[in-house]
Amino acid sequence: MRKSRTLDLGTGSFVLLGFAALFFLTTQTTSRGISLASPPHYDLTAKFDNIGDLKVGAPVSMSGVEMGRVTKIDFDWKEYKAAVTLRIDARYNQIPTDSDASIYTQGLLGGKFVGLTAGGAETYLKNGDQIAFTQSAFVLENLIGQFAANFMKGNAQSDSGKSKTDAPAAAEPKPKEKTK
Amino acid sequence: MVRFLLRLVAASPRALLRLDLISQQIYNAGALSLVIIMLSGLFVGMVLGLQGFQLLQRFGSEDALGTAATIGLVKELGPVVTALLFAGRAGTALASELGLMRATDQLSAMEMMAVDPIRRVVVPRFLGGVIAMPLLAAIFSVIGIYGAQLVGVQIMGVDSGSFWSQMRAAVGLRDINEGIVKSCIFGVTCSLIAVYEGYYATPTAEGVGRATTRTVVTSAVFTLFLDYLITAAFL
Repeated sequence: MRKSRTLDLGTGSFVLLGFAALFFLTTQTTSRGISLASPPHYDLTAKFDNIGDLKVGAPVSMSGVEMGRVTKIDFDWKEYKAAVTLRIDARYNQIPTDSDASIYTQGLLGGKFVGLTAGGAETYLKNGDQIAFTQSAFVLENLIGQFAANFMKGNAQSDSGKSKTDAPAAAEPKPKEKTK
Repeated sequence: MVRFLLRLVAASPRALLRLDLISQQIYNAGALSLVIIMLSGLFVGMVLGLQGFQLLQRFGSEDALGTAATIGLVKELGPVVTALLFAGRAGTALASELGLMRATDQLSAMEMMAVDPIRRVVVPRFLGGVIAMPLLAAIFSVIGIYGAQLVGVQIMGVDSGSFWSQMRAAVGLRDINEGIVKSCIFGVTCSLIAVYEGYYATPTAEGVGRATTRTVVTSAVFTLFLDYLITAAFL
């Protein structure tokens, strides 16, 4: 009797553990996640023209110090902009109201994150406030496009005879993007 | 072997009534394999974290570590390594146990008492393995992800938010599903091979030893072969 009880207990806890693992896999590693309870925080919103590939969960930082996370990305049909909700840790409650939010890239190919730059106002952002000044994600393709357009225009003005050399020259702009 | 499988499946509904027998086999095949599965999962995950980090760092995309580790674990390493360990830990135990029962005429004795050894002995072991395997694979994957997280985030300093958020963005239910389907199929394969080899073992000491060896070898080969087929089918 005693032995069969430990056995049942073992089987039961093993099966429970297995299903807990399956549950974890389906909820925590996929996008249908249920997020765990979070520490005290407050929410801010910011509207961007273009957020690039910013994702929910991306860090929000100021001067490189992580202050929160992106918790929601929505589309604002009135202004035709992306409405991003930022969840800021309650410890960082002195962000000036005229601060601005920009979207940066981590590394050359890394994920996007939201960088805040402090303004000079004496009042601080509270829960539900909107960050007025935003700067869109830096989209590599647009920049290359602009650069190529300028480059070709410049080329055409300076020397219309050598337009055939455009193709190899077009590969050049890339290194320059890094310095930006 | 297919005929044997059909016999097992045909006997399964009746055997399901003896839940105590199956529960005991789940305990034998699953709960007792837990330690080796968890330890292996942890180390496989940690190695993935380390290797993945070294590789991804070259491209400046360490943030993708969570995605890489999770996809690798859930779809491939979880089911496959668990199946291999399962064949080594539980499959050999099954095969040698049944083989020894055969060698010591216990199976014939049951038949003499009008007890169907397939229903009484083989099917519970088979079902126990089939049920335990997907659960073991899921536990392996979760511990592996934890191990990758441990190395990647805690030691190498990948941002934990990027680690999890990129993972969540890239891993879909489809990937999880593929892992579950794989582990179920591997569970059936490995358990079937183990009970088959044991049940039809030559009733000598040497025969039992050979049955045990063949269980591991055949299980491993079939697991890897089926893994390729299922992966191709899921593309």
